Amino acid sequence: MSTTVAKLIDTTTCIGCKACEIACQEWNDHEFTIAPFDGTYQTRPDLSHNFWNLIKFNEIPQDDGGMTWHMAKYQCMHCVDPGCLAACPAPGAIFIRDNGIVDFDHDRCIGCGYCMTGCPFDVPRRHPESKKVFKCTLCSDRTAAGLEPACIKACPTNCLSFGSRDDLLRAAEDRVEQLREQGKTDAGVYNPPGVGGTNVIYVLDRASEPESYGLPRDPKIPASVWFWQGPLRWIGNILMVGGLVAVALHYLRFGPRRVEIEPDGGNPE
Amino acid sequence: MTNGWTDVANTDVVFVMGGNPAENHPVGFRFVMQAKLNRGAKLVCVDPRFNRTAAVSDLYVPMRAGTDIAFLGGLIHYALTHNLIHEDYVRLHTNAPFLVDEGFGFEAGRFSGWSGDHYDKATWKYQLDDDGFAKIDPSLEDPHCVHQLMKVHYARYTPDAVANICGCTAAEFEKVAEIVCSTGRADRRGTILYALGWTQHSHSVQLIHTAAMLQLLLGNIGVPGGGINAQRGHSNIQGATDLGAWDKLPGYLNMPRADETTLEKYIENNTPKALRPNALNYWSNVDKFMVSLLKSYYGGAAGEDNEFGYSFLPKINPGDDNSWGFIFDRMSRGELEGLIAFGMNPVANGPNTPKMISALGKLKWMIVADCFETETAAFWKAKNLAGEYYPGAADPASIDTEVFLLPTGCFAEKDGAFVNSSRWLQWKYAALDPPGEALNDQEIIARLFLTIRDLYRDEGGTAPNPVLAIDWSYSNPYSPSLEEIAMEINGRDVTTRKQLSTFGDLRADGSTLCGNWLYCGSYTEQGNQMARTGQEDPGGLGFYHNWSWNWPLNRRVLYNRASADAEGRAWDVKRSGIAWNGARWAGDVPDYKADAAPDVHGSFIMLPEGVAKLFAADFVEGPFPEHYEPAESPVANPLHPAVSANPMLVSFTGPLDPLGDAAQFPHVAITYRLTEHFHYWTKHVSANSQLQPTFFVEVPEVLAQSLGIENTDEVVVTSARGHMNGRALVTARLKPLTVSGQTIFQIGLPIHWGFLGRVTGPLVNNLSPSVFDPNSGTPEYKGFLVNIRKA
Repeated sequence: MSTTVAKLIDTTTCIGCKACEIACQEWNDHEFTIAPFDGTYQTRPDLSHNFWNLIKFNEIPQDDGGMTWHMAKYQCMHCVDPGCLAACPAPGAIFIRDNGIVDFDHDRCIGCGYCMTGCPFDVPRRHPESKKVFKCTLCSDRTAAGLEPACIKACPTNCLSFGSRDDLLRAAEDRVEQLREQGKTDAGVYNPPGVGGTNVIYVLDRASEPESYGLPRDPKIPASVWFWQGPLRWIGNILMVGGLVAVALHYLRFGPRRVEIEPDGGNPE
Repeated sequence: MTNGWTDVANTDVVFVMGGNPAENHPVGFRFVMQAKLNRGAKLVCVDPRFNRTAAVSDLYVPMRAGTDIAFLGGLIHYALTHNLIHEDYVRLHTNAPFLVDEGFGFEAGRFSGWSGDHYDKATWKYQLDDDGFAKIDPSLEDPHCVHQLMKVHYARYTPDAVANICGCTAAEFEKVAEIVCSTGRADRRGTILYALGWTQHSHSVQLIHTAAMLQLLLGNIGVPGGGINAQRGHSNIQGATDLGAWDKLPGYLNMPRADETTLEKYIENNTPKALRPNALNYWSNVDKFMVSLLKSYYGGAAGEDNEFGYSFLPKINPGDDNSWGFIFDRMSRGELEGLIAFGMNPVANGPNTPKMISALGKLKWMIVADCFETETAAFWKAKNLAGEYYPGAADPASIDTEVFLLPTGCFAEKDGAFVNSSRWLQWKYAALDPPGEALNDQEIIARLFLTIRDLYRDEGGTAPNPVLAIDWSYSNPYSPSLEEIAMEINGRDVTTRKQLSTFGDLRADGSTLCGNWLYCGSYTEQGNQMARTGQEDPGGLGFYHNWSWNWPLNRRVLYNRASADAEGRAWDVKRSGIAWNGARWAGDVPDYKADAAPDVHGSFIMLPEGVAKLFAADFVEGPFPEHYEPAESPVANPLHPAVSANPMLVSFTGPLDPLGDAAQFPHVAITYRLTEHFHYWTKHVSANSQLQPTFFVEVPEVLAQSLGIENTDEVVVTSARGHMNGRALVTARLKPLTVSGQTIFQIGLPIHWGFLGRVTGPLVNNLSPSVFDPNSGTPEYKGFLVNIRKA
């Protein structure tokens, strides 16, 4: 069993330089595309099947006339209890690696898109043609070779770090303590329990307002996915097993169906 | 930078003004973050725009573009009146005690000596004793001492006056003052990071003078964690500056003037007289620097019999100015025949683009050497490619300029040294060969030179000797290796051919040659010092003396003698620059004689005063900086309305040089780069283009509402020079300011786009004026007037 790895994003030191975005695009050989102007500093309004790492720019005017500008990187959170995996009907298409990375096997992906409904962070995106779904892999190809993910390699201010989850949780707590000592009493760690915690951990200087960083307040696996994974699956299993038993009984009773083969091969037009 | 990037991590207060390091120097910004994370340093950002640096700062205060001197003058006033200056430092290391001529004065916006169009500097002088040394009053009490004159001059810069000029509130100003001036103690350090937000005004040199004064008063010059630190915009612009300009030879030697007809006269004029008995006055070695430079230019053709070839050097005629504004003004009047634009794109980066385009059309020929087809190379297509912005541009068929576009290698395709903001010469290696027919710069220059020399040799000419005399004895004359050139710049003994290791070994008798005395030590007998990669840091202060090499002499903090007191003890032992151990100075490479006792010389060894100058008569518009409005301003100068702008600013009066007024153009425009881009270059690169593809105009929310402009709407921005269209980015990050009782809005205009590239858009300099700083010749790109409406 290898160590569970994690990525720490200290939003208090993020300068919104987008080096992580470009590193992600280049490492994953993604095409460079031009998104229409949407009146913000953001590269594009949203993630896409070939854009997995997006810095969200949130301008927040303050009551005292001042400003804050929260810049926070958005990507797959690599949940400990991933909603995408819970929702996925294709065995092995979504799996958790030994080091905790939630990864997709596109040979097994059937393109149903259930993982998109299952993700409480709204991260996976479908390829418009193949319909298969894509997201950040936490550079599982790099980490397998002992390298840090590309975004972390590129970050100039060390706002991003990579390492064992336990170490980074401790580092996050230390940083929060430092921020609180500096008067930022609302500072905190974002590691939401609703998904069993995440392997992408944030330090926020306003932990009571995660939405201001573009993060959901209390992400949970949607009830529909729970229902699908729980009772519905049992009912389905019962119906399916029942069906199979009925088919077997039918075969035993009536034998195989005989079909006349047409001379031209019988291909329907 | 007086200090360096790694040293920023040593500070207690990072004061960012006139720069935006988080966006424009994101890698260097890691040291700001280290200071914050490891030392709990405070980051203060004062800027017209709430930018990405502001987003991570502890305090942000808005201000009106072009009013920085008022803000900094206010800080000087605050430090003086709240007794927050580092007085022992000021007394020991500055000219505060020096007595100034009794006739010196300042009234209603002008200093003494104004003669209608320039200053007679007769009263901007020290009182001298019988030996010709400046008189001083160590008590700082004499009403004519610099300290008292400075107090009087800045008494007008109260928090209310600052607020009234800059548009912040007095309370906001005082919050900044409290943090910045908290460093005026031996155990506290503050650094200033600035960039083109300070250098691009019609009073920019004086602006930086004000910042230097503030840092001197707070004892922040020469000390680790202190300094006044310019962040250079291009990867090698520091190197370009070090190697000369129209009025400077390499190593900041003055270009000879026409009346300096002999080398002797030049040396006499350029050897300063010591103004204090203890001044080391290092520029008195100018003869050694100059003769060694001439030897590097002319080799065997430079001897004692011909003043080492001094007569070959061009001389500047009296009153001539060949800085940017004047070059293009002359060009626009048809007085220039040709232009070589090497890695330079004046159509995009010069002010007042319509004038640039018109001027290039008056040339007979132009050579553009670049790795892309730039707007300059394609200026003749402006009418076709961007006719809506250049209605006056000539039809391509009617332009006679012959344009040669020579493809060059880009930065990754050549070796050589980049000189970074920290003055570090870092050697790099070519990653790949230039593509196709592209050649490296040195090969293009060499082949041009050799062809021109052949023509002079074969056909003669008006003055063939300066070209024929040039020493070109490189191993491969058609493409000299940059390593060989670096060795020549470092310098060697002419007889033994041994590389020199310090400019202390340069001689004025022709026995040494050196291409730039400041770079002497970069390539020694021990090899290429710029290529060193040692990461040792024994003192823990981030000096990294074994990493690359920096001028001068690998000294990481300039003026570091000032980091110690009169006895040579560090002001702060935890952050000691250099300290006297009884026999030698230990720590950084000393900016002082290594074995001279602390009281032998003044601490600023380059200056004839031997100390730093608060009062400096070097500049054309006054010995103390004064707030002047930009050439185009929404208000008259609240301090002296009759003398509103810099009385010495440079502007032009041709038909293409109009200035606008606030009645027609009520808003203040600022120009800047975005972190996603590099200058006008990366619009040819798909990755950077993707990150910020669309030209936009940042519009204050309140103004947008009143004009009916919604976010993403198309808007038209106009100035007296031209117009352009762009998409509105409506934002609360640009706050309305109250200036002299009026509400002032600022419009943000990011530069990058042009009429060529993977993404295109208008050239922002369509709008900027032909107005320049009189000392540096830098254009006023920040703080000019525009209007805006919905398209």
